[in-house]
Amino acid sequence: MRAFTQHQGLVAPMDRANVDTDMIIPKQFLKSIKRTGFGPNLFDELRYLDEGQPDQDSSKRSLNPDFVLNQARYKNASVLLARRNFGCGSSREHAPWALDDFGFRVIIAPSFADIFYNNCFKNGLLPIVLDEKIVDRLFQESEGTEGYQLMVDLTAQTVTTPSGESYSFDVDNFRRHCLLNGLDDIGVTLEDAEAIRVYEDARRQTAPWLFNAGN
Amino acid sequence: MAGKTLYDKLWDDHLVKQRDDGSALIYIDRQLLHEVTSPQAFEGLRLANRKPWRIDANVATPDHNVPTTDRAKGIDGIVDPVSRIQVETLDNNCDEFGILEFKIKDQRQGIVHVIGPEQGVTLPGMSIVCGDSHTSTHGAFGCLAHGIGTSEVEHVLATQCLVQKKMKNMLVRVDGKLGAGVTGKDVVLAIIGKIGTAGGTGYAIEFGGDAIRGLSMEGRMTICNMAIEGGARVGMVAVDDTTIDYVKGRPFSPTGETWGKAVAYWRTLRSDDDAVFDKVVELDGSAIQPQVSWGTSPEMVTGVEGSVPDPAKEQDPIKREGIERALKYMGLAANQKITDIQLDRVFIGSCTNSRIEDLREAAAVVKGRKVALSLKQAMVVPGSGLVKAQAEQEGLDKIFIEAGLEWRDPGCSMCLAMNADKLGQGEHCASTSNRNFEGRQGFGGRTHLVSPAMAAAAAVTGHFVDVRELMN
Repeated sequence: MRAFTQHQGLVAPMDRANVDTDMIIPKQFLKSIKRTGFGPNLFDELRYLDEGQPDQDSSKRSLNPDFVLNQARYKNASVLLARRNFGCGSSREHAPWALDDFGFRVIIAPSFADIFYNNCFKNGLLPIVLDEKIVDRLFQESEGTEGYQLMVDLTAQTVTTPSGESYSFDVDNFRRHCLLNGLDDIGVTLEDAEAIRVYEDARRQTAPWLFNAGN
Repeated sequence: MAGKTLYDKLWDDHLVKQRDDGSALIYIDRQLLHEVTSPQAFEGLRLANRKPWRIDANVATPDHNVPTTDRAKGIDGIVDPVSRIQVETLDNNCDEFGILEFKIKDQRQGIVHVIGPEQGVTLPGMSIVCGDSHTSTHGAFGCLAHGIGTSEVEHVLATQCLVQKKMKNMLVRVDGKLGAGVTGKDVVLAIIGKIGTAGGTGYAIEFGGDAIRGLSMEGRMTICNMAIEGGARVGMVAVDDTTIDYVKGRPFSPTGETWGKAVAYWRTLRSDDDAVFDKVVELDGSAIQPQVSWGTSPEMVTGVEGSVPDPAKEQDPIKREGIERALKYMGLAANQKITDIQLDRVFIGSCTNSRIEDLREAAAVVKGRKVALSLKQAMVVPGSGLVKAQAEQEGLDKIFIEAGLEWRDPGCSMCLAMNADKLGQGEHCASTSNRNFEGRQGFGGRTHLVSPAMAAAAAVTGHFVDVRELMN
């Protein structure tokens, strides 16, 4: 996995609560058996005026001029500023894959849905929870200032504004460790293979019915 | 010391290792696989040169992409080549690794969350995961069950474990007797209406109280299925006689001496009387009406006697904007009566409501009636080949067909429209599925979440109607 230590980037404010995973990447694009290539279809139904199809050349489609990511000032944004309960709905990891493929590295919101939040960390994408009042302020500043960038430091766990104001955020130690070091967490778990075997052997004795199906 | 909640017990029983950094390794007893969220996981295994840790813990079936007509054609019946490749990829991966799969032409094929319990692949007390957020369904059996992303599907394949942090405990207690025509679906929609779509974020929810205890396993599955719509990855109901009676005699259920041992353990799977929950939410079951969602989030729901809300009355600016946006998308006016909403299509199916009891409830309403002429389509999609066979044995298919509903083959179908079953732009659908997000059932489609009985009532009238009026 790609490591994440620090990132400075242009902020795109998406002023809408409860952005769900169907909105982030609609179902017709989940038919792909790959992990990449979802960027052109990120927020497909909001970004384009027509209904998108897999394997279509999206560069020829009509854009919705009202959608935030279609505005010239937000081109090449890499920090997505969002509202509460971002990523609610399904477990599709295609949602963080699409955000990543589009070029986002950080998502800031007052709250995230659990599964989406977890999926981000598996893909080198950093979701940051900040207090709603701070998020409100960042919305005002980013909408009011063209070229507004934020500096995100995972080591220090801070988000810093262009005027030098700094906000700290929480992140689980294990997730932070994996992200800072770009670790493959399957490899980390397999370091405990012996503990897994010990558990499994004991369980096989006490609950044998758990081991007799599926084959 | 306070007693343990059901979730505490399930957590402790699956704890392989507590790490110093607060994370824990949790053992997974069962992984269910389907074609949409597994291909990249198998590919990841191959690229890293890893093998599945325990093959017999996995069970697979294709469900999202399968067509609901012409099942005899098998994979050749999938017209969309991209969908076909995905189903073929699941078949190839399961064949390569030796994983049990109920393939498209197998009568045991169906929606993963229907076939797990049906086969006894889901057993009380198990930890169960699947690359699908509605895995919470299996919590109805006193399981620790939740959806995961594809990276975690790969993680479970490779290690039989997940890295987790313990969630908080929430009890949703529904006491009182449910009225006639009020189902598990109405209860869970009322719960989500109360706690909101993020109300359960960070919690494992246990559903309890008389009203929940009085439900069948089908009703409990419907409720746990939609825990995720209230933000909670995990929804659970304690084990009781209803649970054990349902599990007995299933193909993969234990038998003989092991059965007795298993039942003795399963009976411990309830919260202790002195267990402490971080949050308790209470509802009066006797006050719950049949529910209808009017907006684009499952929390945007009201009783059938109610009306579409007026955004001008909402104080919270973010919520007000959400309501305004939803009304615009849904083509509804503030204060419009729910029963005045005209429909274009009716969909009875999905992992929420496609089990035999759901079909019986819908059939009881449409029996002797006809689908309204104003509807373009009303379809019934059973949750599995075995549910379909059971329904046909009971003659439910004939009741549906005579009333003018289409009787389809099993799959996820119009719940998320990955196959050919979808809504057209601007069409209103009474749907027994779980999500009314924008575009969920088709580009520009407008979903209203209801129970099977309410969907059936809508099918024969062409608009929403209080199903209790048709039951008299």
